[in-house]
This record gives sequence, C-alpha cells and structure tokens, in this order.
Amino acid sequence: MKGSIIKYERDNIDTDVILPGPYLKIHDYAELAKHAMEGLDKDFHKRVKPGDFIVAGKNFGCGSSREHAPIALSYSGVKAVLALSFARIFYRNAVDGAFLLPIEIDESAYHDISDGDSLEVDISKNEIKNLTKNKVYKMKPFPELIGKIIEAGGLFNYKP
Amino acid sequence: MLNITEKILARASGKSKVSPGDVVFVNVDKVMIHDVSGPGVIAVFEKLRKTGMKIDKIWDPERVWVAEDHFVPAADKISAQNIVSLTNFTKQFGIKKHFKYGMGQYGICHTLSHEEAMVLPGEVYVGGDSHTNTTGALGAFAAGLGHTDIAYVLLNGKIWFKIPETLYFKLNGKLPDHVMAKDLILQIIGDIGNDGAAYKTMQFGGTGVSEMSVESRLTLTNMTTEAGAKSGIVEPDQKLRDYLAERGVTKYDEVHSDVDAQYEKIYEYEGSEIEPTVAKPFSPENIAIARDLSSIELDKAYIGSCTGAKLEDLRAAAKILKGRTVKIRTEVLPAAISIFRKAMEEGLLKIFLDAGVVVGPPTCGACCGAHMGVLAKDEICISTTNRNFPGRMGHVESQTYLASPLVAAASAITGKITDPRDLK
Repeated sequence: MKGSIIKYERDNIDTDVILPGPYLKIHDYAELAKHAMEGLDKDFHKRVKPGDFIVAGKNFGCGSSREHAPIALSYSGVKAVLALSFARIFYRNAVDGAFLLPIEIDESAYHDISDGDSLEVDISKNEIKNLTKNKVYKMKPFPELIGKIIEAGGLFNYKP
Repeated sequence: MLNITEKILARASGKSKVSPGDVVFVNVDKVMIHDVSGPGVIAVFEKLRKTGMKIDKIWDPERVWVAEDHFVPAADKISAQNIVSLTNFTKQFGIKKHFKYGMGQYGICHTLSHEEAMVLPGEVYVGGDSHTNTTGALGAFAAGLGHTDIAYVLLNGKIWFKIPETLYFKLNGKLPDHVMAKDLILQIIGDIGNDGAAYKTMQFGGTGVSEMSVESRLTLTNMTTEAGAKSGIVEPDQKLRDYLAERGVTKYDEVHSDVDAQYEKIYEYEGSEIEPTVAKPFSPENIAIARDLSSIELDKAYIGSCTGAKLEDLRAAAKILKGRTVKIRTEVLPAAISIFRKAMEEGLLKIFLDAGVVVGPPTCGACCGAHMGVLAKDEICISTTNRNFPGRMGHVESQTYLASPLVAAASAITGKITDPRDLK
C-alpha cells in the first residue's frame, strides 16, 4: 500500500476538528468527506488525494464516538493514519468499519517523516518504507484480533 | 482478586477470570442509540443489505432504548428527517423504549440512563456516544461505541472488548463548600492528561466518594471520557440503592471488587485541597484555579448538558443566582424533562428567570456546537459541559472554559471568571 503524506505535527487531533459537530446530522458519506479536517485545515479536501496517509502525534481521534470522523477521512481517500497513539473509539471505528488503518509509529519515524513524503506500508512485515528518504521504519504490530478483523475486511466479515 | 470491572466483564464473557489485556467477546445487557448514532446505525444496516444480508429483526428489542437529544428541537430539515428515520427504525424493530421530544419524559441520553434507571448495577451497557461512560456511576460497565459496533451489537448481542487496566482514584474526605465533583474531575484530568487513562477504566472510591450524591458521582464518570478512558465506575452502595429505589427498581445483581482486587495505579486526593477549577481552551486537561482567571471577560455562561444540568447542578446554580442579575448572556437547559419539572416545583426556574437567564429545553445542541445557541468568532463562554476543543461550541475561533455550575453561575453575575467564594 503506497501513498503520500499529509502531516500534522500535533497531538490530540480530536473528532471535533476531524468532523465538526454541525455535520453529525449528515449520514451521506461523500458529503461528509467534503468537511473532513475542516476544524483544523480548511484546505484539506483540496489537498487530499486517493491513497494518501495522514501522519500525526499522540491521541489521534480523541473526543466523540462519531464514526463520521473515520468515514469522512476514508471517503476523502485517506487509507491510513500513522500516529504515535490513537484514542480508543476512533481506533475501533476505523478497524471495525474497515474505513482506514490506524497504524502506531514511534517517535523517530514520526519526526523523520515529512509532509509530502511517499510511503509504502507493508502490514504483513510491520514495515513502513519511506520511498522519498529511502528509509525503513517499524510499525507497532496490530494485536491479534485487530489483525484478523482487518484481514477479514471489518467486524461484520470476521467470524469469531 | 478481581476488581469490579474485571468481574463484570468476566461474568459477561462466560469466564471465571479475565486479566487486563485479554480480548473477549462480551454479552451486552443494554444498548442505547440517539438521533446521531441511530441514523448512523441505519446507514450501516443499509450498507450491509447492499452486500446481500437480510436484516428484518434485531437481537433483543427489549434491551435497546432510544433518545432524541442532539438535534432536538429539530435544528433544520435534515435533523427533522433523522428523527423520522429513528421513529421508523424503532417501529420496524419493535423497540418500545423511545424517549421522544415533546412527548413527556425525554432528555439527554446519559441523563435518562440514570433518571429512568435504564441501566442497572452489574450490567454491561454500550451506547452510541462517547459519554456513555457516565452510567458507570450506577455500578455498571458502560462504554461508548461507534455506529458499526452498535449495529453489530444490535444484531448479535455481543461485542469485543480488551479488558482494561483500572486506575483507582481515592478521595479522602468531603469536598469543601463551593467545590463540586466537576472541580475534582477537572483536577484529575489536569493531572493525568487527555490520554492519561486511554483504553483504561477509572474507578472512584474513598470516603469522599461514599459521601457524594449519585448525581455528583455521575459528573466524575461522565468526564472519564476526557482522559481517554474506556469506562468509569463507582461500586454500588446504599446511596445508589436508595437512588434506584426512588425510581422503582430494587432487583439487580450487584458486583463488587474483591478485597484483594488489583489496580494498575492508585491516586489519592484530599477533598479539603480541591479548589474551584476551570479548564481553559482548548482542552479539558488545560486546567487552572478559577481565582487565577478572574481577569477573563466572558460573553456567555452555559449551564446545560449531561455533565452539568442535573438537578443538583441546577440547585447549585440557583443558590448563586438567587436575588442577583446576570451580566452576560446566560442559558440554563435542564438535562431531562424530569429534572425540568423538579426544578419548576422547587422554584428554581423562577430564580433563573428573575436573574435574567433564559431557560431552554433539554438538548445537546449548544454543547456540541450544533444549534440552540452556538458561539460566534472570538466569543468566550464559561460552560458546565465536558469538552472545549477548537470549535466545540461554535466558531472555531470561539473559546470555552469548562467549570462547575457554581463557578459558571458566579461568573454569569460578574461577567468574568469568578470563584463563587469571592462573590459579594
């Protein structure tokens, strides 16, 4: 899985900025995508391309349980968020709904990856290649159940 | 050697013992959806039907209940349509416990969970809202989930959880006059941070919590979400039994921690040391002592939400507002109709109106910046709600200070952030 990076060098990117409250009444996924990241980056929907990855600091997706947040990112084209850590509901919404991959990276990868870099993620090897900088980082492996749900394509396709 | 959360989750997953880190499928006792997560679930069902899945019944309509709270009164045509969709959904699947706006009791989902005793001690409760944690003050495991997970529960009656580590917060002694549970939980979040309890449970105990009313305990568990916690919990005691008995419920299966229960960490707080505390923009962890912010000028005071508009919150605000007049735009929105009625019977509404305050119907509207009084650019609000991220209550360049109902009411009188002890 290859993509280029949109980087936000900050912690606690919350669901109120990923998808602001007034749009919670909307359940048309394509419409939600138009408002992704609106509280933080008005130009996000113009910048984002299909297959892009977001890179951010710790506690990404904190706040509300709104599934609108991973939905808006996913329908904007974002395939994965690479962050130092994730808030729990965002994490399970992303995985169980098969919207995008929440990938935990370490401090060195976080600081090394730049906005616009081209990355290749290989979850079978828990490896991230920075094609722009010609470097390889480790990602934190998914816990066993999470790996199986991702492989199945979401919670409804997973057979316990 | 299990704590209350581990015991509830062990029982619900059919195991004699579970340990933090174990991943288990848990049988669910109660599920809640509202006018945001309900239409979200409907969208998930539609998506599943497109894959060929037949969905003509749900697992157990008796265990599901529905609130209309975020966009009521209907903010616009889309919100109105969502309420219609939700009503059709409950009719289609035979869900009888639907608290409808404008038809007797209704209110904010988390408030109804305790006002109507929708959830009981020892149960596993999941809701399509992050502040579902609130209900843990009833001695239940209560956690928020997204639409896909709630849809899964509605069809299968179970969901996966990682058994959380538990952080134990022990309050020694009562909180002083003019200090509320809100001040304590803001202090705790300030100490441990926005993700200080990420994926974990926050359990509250000690003599200070034993002396607290159930409503105060609900303020503590409500805001565990703001420290990233999976759940918050207080062990059942006589106060809780009395609270439930007042609501006609006496039969349930209480769970208590073993004497030698394990906790990841124990934090101790001395009740006498807690002061009126405020969280500054733009994060609940960004705390300060109210007195240190006395130069901050305000445009609005908001006394509402599942966190700060329970009956005792309104009584606290009324104590301050009685015989005084507000200097800034001030709104009081009781969190449920049952509370609205009691506030009327006790004369609190008259005190609010006499002070110049507007009293509105229960809604989440302004708390999440959706409608019913959002903030303009650069406006500054003091609020009894739970979250103050950028744009939370309106314009992305508005500011919200989180505070107790006492601090919010005192600040409404002076127009500046005010410690209630300093009010003349």
